[in-house]
Amino acid sequence: MKKEGKKAPVAQKKQSFGVYMKRYWQLYVLLALPMLYLLIFKYVPMIYIQIAFKKYSIVQSVWEMPLAANHGFEYFIKAFKNRDFINALRNTLVLNLLDLVLGFPVPIIFALVLNELVFKRFKRVVQTIAYMPHFLSWVIIYGLALQIFAPSTGFLNMILTGLGFESIPFLNDSAHWVGTYIFLGIWQSFGWNSIVYLAAIAGINSELYEAASVDGAGRFKKMWHITLPGIKPTIVVLLVMNLGNILGSSFDRPFALQNNLVMDSAEVLATFVYKNGIKGLQFSLTTAVGFFQSIVCVIFLLLANWISRKLGERGIW
Amino acid sequence: MIKSKSAKVGDWCFVIVCILVSVICVVPMLNLLARSLSSTEALIKHQVYLWPKGWNFEAYSTVLSDMKYVRAFFWTVFLTMICTLVSLTMTTLCAYPLIFENLRGRSVINIFITITMFFNAGTIPNYLLMKSLNLLNNPLVLIIPSCMSVYNMIIMRSFFYGIPDSLRESAEIDGASYFRILVSIYLPLSKPVFATLALFYAVGRWNGYSDALMYVNKEIFYPLQLFLYNILNNINSVEVATQEGFSSPGLTESLKAAIVMFSTIPILCIYPWLQKYFIHGVTMGAVKE
Repeated sequence: MKKEGKKAPVAQKKQSFGVYMKRYWQLYVLLALPMLYLLIFKYVPMIYIQIAFKKYSIVQSVWEMPLAANHGFEYFIKAFKNRDFINALRNTLVLNLLDLVLGFPVPIIFALVLNELVFKRFKRVVQTIAYMPHFLSWVIIYGLALQIFAPSTGFLNMILTGLGFESIPFLNDSAHWVGTYIFLGIWQSFGWNSIVYLAAIAGINSELYEAASVDGAGRFKKMWHITLPGIKPTIVVLLVMNLGNILGSSFDRPFALQNNLVMDSAEVLATFVYKNGIKGLQFSLTTAVGFFQSIVCVIFLLLANWISRKLGERGIW
Repeated sequence: MIKSKSAKVGDWCFVIVCILVSVICVVPMLNLLARSLSSTEALIKHQVYLWPKGWNFEAYSTVLSDMKYVRAFFWTVFLTMICTLVSLTMTTLCAYPLIFENLRGRSVINIFITITMFFNAGTIPNYLLMKSLNLLNNPLVLIIPSCMSVYNMIIMRSFFYGIPDSLRESAEIDGASYFRILVSIYLPLSKPVFATLALFYAVGRWNGYSDALMYVNKEIFYPLQLFLYNILNNINSVEVATQEGFSSPGLTESLKAAIVMFSTIPILCIYPWLQKYFIHGVTMGAVKE
């Protein structure tokens, strides 16, 4: 606001409020609806967080409900004594960590590979194909997974049994299911996530490559010494965001992919909250779980950002 | 520059890697297509791989004659169009005023917006809000609560920033109102970002099912994906198939394949045409100011 002094043609002196509003009222009118939306749908729900600390009752308003035992922390204590919750917490962490460790490098590698392609048309076709899975919903991916991975009727198991191998229970056994879950996550997102890296690569000064060629650097030397350092800031930003989300959980992917046989390794916090809260009506308990999750997410994000700045990178803000 | 022989071999290695990756992306779709077009017999005998065996369009005609499915399909098309329109409007309303640096209160508004990106009240508070707003079992719940994504708003705002200030300033000097400037300068220049965000919003609505799962109990308001989820999990089956006593597993399987296929096609037909736009959009979203 106080950036006067630029050669702005509009008078920037101390305007009176009336004069200012006469010029700018339209902008506030335009903003009104989005702000109202954010207020109602993002801020008002925060009022309901207090039921995590209160005994939920359907007849009273949130403000009138009595405080829960143990200074209001009863439901947090209950949650941590709940085996299902601990299980969901562990699964959320494990699945997200596996996603990070196995999934994070894939789009980077894919972008590097695409960047080496000399046939531009072919490159565009590969990109289009690789973006396709991102546009499929998790329900559809689940449908595809059934066709590919089902025990006897699945495409892969038909091939395996046809070749004389045992069929693999990709979807029905906990350990295999985790593998399938991670694979499908990578399959769905690697192409899409490579877009950002490709853009970062495109922004690298091409003279660097020419100079390196003159010095006799080969393909992989150039990748290692020019491309990777060039996209390092992008990698760091995305890594920070991913680390910040290590306890976050999407709902669509685990809910669509899980089945009763693998629930001990497939139940995550988001699905736990849905089943015990909206279906099971334990509102106080599940609000406490959700609040715990949101707080941890914010802390992790701040922490990851702080670390990356300590290491001399830009971080996300 | 003339390439050495080993460099050429290297080039081809990368081509092969890319072909393999593409195959992994496409095989599930091919398999699905093959299953949807195969005869019951071939499916039961596990003979269908990537090419249909015993061509059979019965699955498709069954799906198309299933009123429940066709209804859900068109309901979702309708819903997606409304959502996209509403969301684009809301996003523009939010993004445009924020590009004016001398807008008073801009920094407060920015903080107000940013907080919503990093802190979410959680599933149950949201659910209780919908309940108290009487939005449960109301089709509006599929439109209003998700009608603006802050992330997409930031993409649009960075696009607006890219439009030269001089255009705006000359219009200001000519006495155009800010609303007028939006309509006659910004909107016509913003087709790429509108195409991108329309795609993002449309895909989000088309593919979303969790809001319907949580907030809607009436089957007539189910979007296609939730409908599909229930079919895949045998929670409800296709009307015609059960009515007429088709219960052979083969047909059910090709039916499921055909239904998944139908639910995918609209998006698969659209996204390749918008590729150059959404690449730009994604890239902008990742660039911080």
